[in-house]
Amino acid sequence: MSSPRPGFRHPDLPKNDLGYTRRDYEGAASTLCAGCGHDSISNAIINACFELSLEPSGIAKMSGIGCSSKTPAYFLGKSHGFNSVHGRMPSIATGANMANRDLVYIGVSGDGDTASIGMGQFVHIVRRNLNMVYIVMNNGCYGLTKGQDSATADRGSAGKKGRPNPFESIDLCELAIALGAGFVARGFSGDKEQLVPLLKAAIGHRGFALVDVISPCVTFNNTAASTKSYQWVRDHMEATATFDFIPPRKEITTQYEKGTTQSVTLHDGGVVHLHKCDESIDVTRRRCAIDALEQHREKGRLLTGILHINETLKDTHEILETTETRLNTLMEKDLCPGNRVLQDMMENYR
Amino acid sequence: MGEQILNPTDIQDPEYFHKVIDCQFACPAHTRVPEYLRLISEEKYDDAYMINWESNVFPGILGRVCDRPCEPACRRRRVEDKAVAICRLKRVCADHKGDITKRFPAIPGQKNGKKIALIGGGPASLTVARDLLPLGYEIDLYDDQAEAGGFIRSQVPSFRLPKKVLDEEVSYILDMGVKAHFNTYISSMKEFLKKDYDAVFIGTGAPRGKDLDLPGRQEGKTFIHIGINWLASVQYGHVKKSGKTTLVIGGGNTAMDCCRTARRLGGEKVKVVVRGSRKKMKASEWEIEDALREDIPILEYLSPLAFVVEKGRLTGMTFQPSPEGPAPDQKEIFIPCDEVLIAVGQQNAFPWIEKDIGLIFNDSNRPKVDEITFQSSIKKIFFGGDAAFGPKNVITAVAHGHEAAISIDLFCRGEDLLNRPRPATTLAGQKMGLHDWMYHNEVSEQQRQAVPMASKVKSIKDRLMEVELGFDRKIGRTEALRCLNCDMQTVFSLPLCIECDACVDVCPTTCINFIQNDDEENLRAGLSIPAGNKSQDLYVSGLLPTGRVMVKDENVCLHCGLCAERCPTSAWDMQKYMYETAKAGGK
Repeated sequence: MSSPRPGFRHPDLPKNDLGYTRRDYEGAASTLCAGCGHDSISNAIINACFELSLEPSGIAKMSGIGCSSKTPAYFLGKSHGFNSVHGRMPSIATGANMANRDLVYIGVSGDGDTASIGMGQFVHIVRRNLNMVYIVMNNGCYGLTKGQDSATADRGSAGKKGRPNPFESIDLCELAIALGAGFVARGFSGDKEQLVPLLKAAIGHRGFALVDVISPCVTFNNTAASTKSYQWVRDHMEATATFDFIPPRKEITTQYEKGTTQSVTLHDGGVVHLHKCDESIDVTRRRCAIDALEQHREKGRLLTGILHINETLKDTHEILETTETRLNTLMEKDLCPGNRVLQDMMENYR
Repeated sequence: MGEQILNPTDIQDPEYFHKVIDCQFACPAHTRVPEYLRLISEEKYDDAYMINWESNVFPGILGRVCDRPCEPACRRRRVEDKAVAICRLKRVCADHKGDITKRFPAIPGQKNGKKIALIGGGPASLTVARDLLPLGYEIDLYDDQAEAGGFIRSQVPSFRLPKKVLDEEVSYILDMGVKAHFNTYISSMKEFLKKDYDAVFIGTGAPRGKDLDLPGRQEGKTFIHIGINWLASVQYGHVKKSGKTTLVIGGGNTAMDCCRTARRLGGEKVKVVVRGSRKKMKASEWEIEDALREDIPILEYLSPLAFVVEKGRLTGMTFQPSPEGPAPDQKEIFIPCDEVLIAVGQQNAFPWIEKDIGLIFNDSNRPKVDEITFQSSIKKIFFGGDAAFGPKNVITAVAHGHEAAISIDLFCRGEDLLNRPRPATTLAGQKMGLHDWMYHNEVSEQQRQAVPMASKVKSIKDRLMEVELGFDRKIGRTEALRCLNCDMQTVFSLPLCIECDACVDVCPTTCINFIQNDDEENLRAGLSIPAGNKSQDLYVSGLLPTGRVMVKDENVCLHCGLCAERCPTSAWDMQKYMYETAKAGGK
């Protein structure tokens, strides 16, 4: 446990549109290992929510079990939260989202919580396109139980114990694209310049948004032979595109060159401007996105950035044609409108 | 990118980390403030006293009357409102110490054969004596008064500095073997030089109070006094009463001492009159507060015009309201009074130094003195304190004394005065465990503690009764723990850093950044919170593997150690920086 964090902040702390400082988005002090990538992701979430001027009480943090799933305690201390059963965060998030569709849902999970015990839940929440941001803090190992290889550890990658992983790995991004997710991105905890806008765009997207963040485990999996180490990721990462995320209602001041820049307007009116690093990758096309991932995997490179984006999909509420009103505000009067309404309905079938 | 990217910070430069310790850096004597505050928090008063005594010579005195350049510099003022009460804490160690005389340096029985004369027995001279006696010098001190202490004795009222405290710390030095010649006025420097001392130090202060040459000055002279002379007469018991309505002209600390003393000698309506605004007064903030607390109004924007004397008695003064004040068009006003104290500044005066002995004086009637060596144009004559560069304060006089002692020692040994001993510095690791440091790194959120005061009714009746009662042990501890330990430096080791951002994320005051290098202006503007306070340095690393540099804005660092605690590779470490100025005889 670290020393308590002092109460003082920088006197020139900037304020966002709601008049809040970054401090209003902070959580408790982290109890994770020093240097854990997860702490950086927590801070990227804080930065993204601060910069988007989200009302903290309008956010719900959902998590499962694992080092990753502890982190909601370390950010957004004034938001709602639910720390659920191992691998079952998607069900809880679905239930919460059904009851109150107006909150911003930020799910935090790990590679174990998602790709092993929670795999069954994960694939179905993608299929159903639940409106949420699903962050995987992906370190390729089970840090909480002393660093065994997880299902996302690459074949041949070795952690602190030194034995190379003999099994194939699961690429959660590729899987999500294959299952029809509308927003899939990959970031790196050591690169907040990319990660914060990724998270902001993911929050702006309506429907399921997966952000797979490679997050080195400094204690068990930051070795020279690991493909989830700070060094390896820095040496091998490439991006589909650098991009700017312009939140809704902000004036667009930059002029972009035609040809290399592609713009995608999000549901809430925000715009993502992608400045392609590789002309051949069109992230708005599902097949092209999968091809790009496969090609980079063959070359031994790690593809990051927005991997796939599709703003035309319907989210769970649209698919189910639920009412615009939050379900948790419907009273007995609304749900059981009485005999007269029943008789009217019956009349339609005569 | 700018033209000139910043070079990595050279932390080997002794002044870099010294500057981070704002209080110590601001102190003319560079007393190790955070170190003694920590000792006070641990109730190790003797140790705390000795750190002070070695550096500023008069901890008990300065703990009451210091001008406190350290407090405006205190980092605490930049992260919250109020500085640590450094001065009052200094008094705590003096008030609560035991017998520390055994810790004083040994005085060699075998002298080194050099004889030094000190003219004037104030803080500068006493400091020279303190520094040179342990080296085997013989010291002769000359003062025209009956006791040593100089202006601290003659001018500072007893309700601010009790005689007992003054006597104790002055006698510590006299008892080290000073041969004192009191009640001895040196009237001729020419004659004095015939005594053939190896070196002479002149610390005679700035003894001449400025006068106001206005109409009525001569006619009313019985009722009009120069502030510093009047204060001395009170201290020596020659003056026992003041007028019922007294005006004090001037806005410095002497004016504050005059008005408060007048209140104690029967002044029922005492007023201070200043030419400019109250905000621009030279007096220390806390002395103004104390005067106001004793029902002494301060009248602003009034320039004195004349003393009004009727039938041989002073009846008041006329003033011209200043055009900058609230009533610029108003004609002159009359303020009744029966006594006036003039405290509008002091001047140097050396009537006893003959013009033909070869000492060069400048336009302000002050001797030409080297700012580093304190040597005058006659090689064996040195100056210090107010006598050197005009009126300053006690702590500056002490700092002068240390430097002059170094020079005198080098001079007597025939060495180059500019080849001065370097400050002693060490950088010592503080890590005891993963989250365990050798210092109290938890940042206190306590407010500045109020100092207990004697009741106004009682203290106004007795000019000898000390007004400030000082912190007790408990308040002292609470206040000392407010110190941010700015001497515990954040030391960055480039090769160990893996750029995981843990330090950036945990830093409560957003000091640490990893960004592209640039020139200073762009770098300052480009930090996650721009570094606007240019008096505070940027700590810049060399190039990291990602092509970025670490840039830490020292401005509001709390020295809490969290960067080092959250660093997985110990690229950050907390290390105690000890910076001790050189003393005479040092290497």
